[in-house]
Amino acid sequence: MSATGTYNKLVPEPTPHSAPYWEGLNRGKLLLQKCGGCGEIRHYPRPMCPSCHSMEVEWVEASGRGVIHSWTITHHAFHPGVRDDLPYTLATVDLEEGVRMLAQLRGVPDDKLRIGLPVRVEFETVKEGLTLPYLVPGEPA
Amino acid sequence: MSLREKGAITGVGETAYSRESGRSVLSLQLEASLKAIEDAGLKPTDIDGVIPYASGVVAEDFITNLGLPDLRFSAVTPLGGASCVAAVQCAVAAIAAGICNHVLIPVGRNGASQGRIGMRVQQMPQFRVVGEFEMPLGAIAPAQLYAPMARRHMELYGTTSRQLGEIAVSTRANAMLNGNAVMTKPMTIEDHQASRMISDPFRLFDCSLESDGSCAIVVSGVERARDLRKPPVVVMGVAEGHPDSPSVITQRPDMTRFGLAKAAPRAFEMAGVKHDDIDVAEIYDCFTFVVMCQLEDLGFCKKGEGGPFVESGAIRLGGKLPVNTHGGLLSQAHMVGMNHIAELVRQLRGEAGKAQVRDAEIGLVTGYGDMGDGSVAIMRRG
Ligand SMILES: [Zn+2]
Repeated sequence: MSATGTYNKLVPEPTPHSAPYWEGLNRGKLLLQKCGGCGEIRHYPRPMCPSCHSMEVEWVEASGRGVIHSWTITHHAFHPGVRDDLPYTLATVDLEEGVRMLAQLRGVPDDKLRIGLPVRVEFETVKEGLTLPYLVPGEPA
Repeated sequence: MSLREKGAITGVGETAYSRESGRSVLSLQLEASLKAIEDAGLKPTDIDGVIPYASGVVAEDFITNLGLPDLRFSAVTPLGGASCVAAVQCAVAAIAAGICNHVLIPVGRNGASQGRIGMRVQQMPQFRVVGEFEMPLGAIAPAQLYAPMARRHMELYGTTSRQLGEIAVSTRANAMLNGNAVMTKPMTIEDHQASRMISDPFRLFDCSLESDGSCAIVVSGVERARDLRKPPVVVMGVAEGHPDSPSVITQRPDMTRFGLAKAAPRAFEMAGVKHDDIDVAEIYDCFTFVVMCQLEDLGFCKKGEGGPFVESGAIRLGGKLPVNTHGGLLSQAHMVGMNHIAELVRQLRGEAGKAQVRDAEIGLVTGYGDMGDGSVAIMRRG
């Protein structure tokens, strides 16, 4: 992947509710919504807290640490843009903050994948104005 | 008011299933619709309700082409693969409310020859959240989005790829008995294990087909159904259920539990039957694992015991609970599960040919869609 040239992968279309999340990634920060009413952290970004129905939101920086909840290793190019990445591992991760994230995991051999494996988030600018998170092995908590 | 025994499936119709129909989706749907109406012994002008699949063909197309003089009810049930059985619930509700008498529910697609799944889902509003937050990271197609559910099940319960393979093999054997199945070559567990990896743990033979064709049904009020051409297949219980975190699997507290787990107890209670009463089950099978998880969510076995359950031969023809006697989405054709409803109707009429389950009186059909929506109907021979 390079920050220049043609980027032919799918790109997000941020909404007013999610724009701070994407802007956070561009600054190398994983930001989560914290409810302004009850303090509950939620992900992915959305306008309303399902617990207290407040639409007040504070953005807090996540630690970036978590453990693997599940995963898949993709061998088929479902989009032309990912062909050169095959095979790649997508990990679902339980973050310390109590919500999950999904991202590509690098640096873990297939036979070492397991539920509970510690990982941490890194960031990569893939094109002008778009930074994506990815995961690498982390230290046990 | 309950929907118990208020409606019946009175007609089913299918086009030939293929990889390239060479025809428009609308013409396919009109052919299957005419066949379903004919099967019911009705005239097109008797149809006063229609629930099109959210695929571009709309109620107006049926009014215009079938010449419906006074359509009184139309709706869409956008639950992906759970849409068809959810549409049965919607149709029975409309009929029970006195809005209409005969509801046409058509599904049709050129899923193989046009717009394959990886591209298609990007246009679906139910995939909007995944589209923004997961597709840019490379999680694009249902195979990738669902695979972590299967992987988690395997890690927690010791479920194996061979057990998933048993579902593919059993379903293929059934397809070979069906005269209108796309896949007719025998499959062994070794064939399944040798099929290429798509998104681990899903191999090619864990994934359903992409197909061209159409399937349609007619739902009628249970009183009127008795006077029609074929024995009615009475809807005893029907329900839909939405999973926790319905837009994204990633955030779901228990990713091995579908919306069906909420719907199933409601449908069984409405129907007033027990699991042992079910003679045949047509279970939505976009992926082998989705069948296994639904068998658990329905209560045919405990959570985590789906692997040993299918491995025992229970879902084979002649087994304790024959499943997908037509060959399903895995081997007959991907008609969004409307072909599952059509097969259940044939089974309960005694029209299932070589795949007929002897003395089938009560059966069950499910739908599974998008990020885990579920629907289920329990039906009996009328
Ligand atoms: Zn709140």
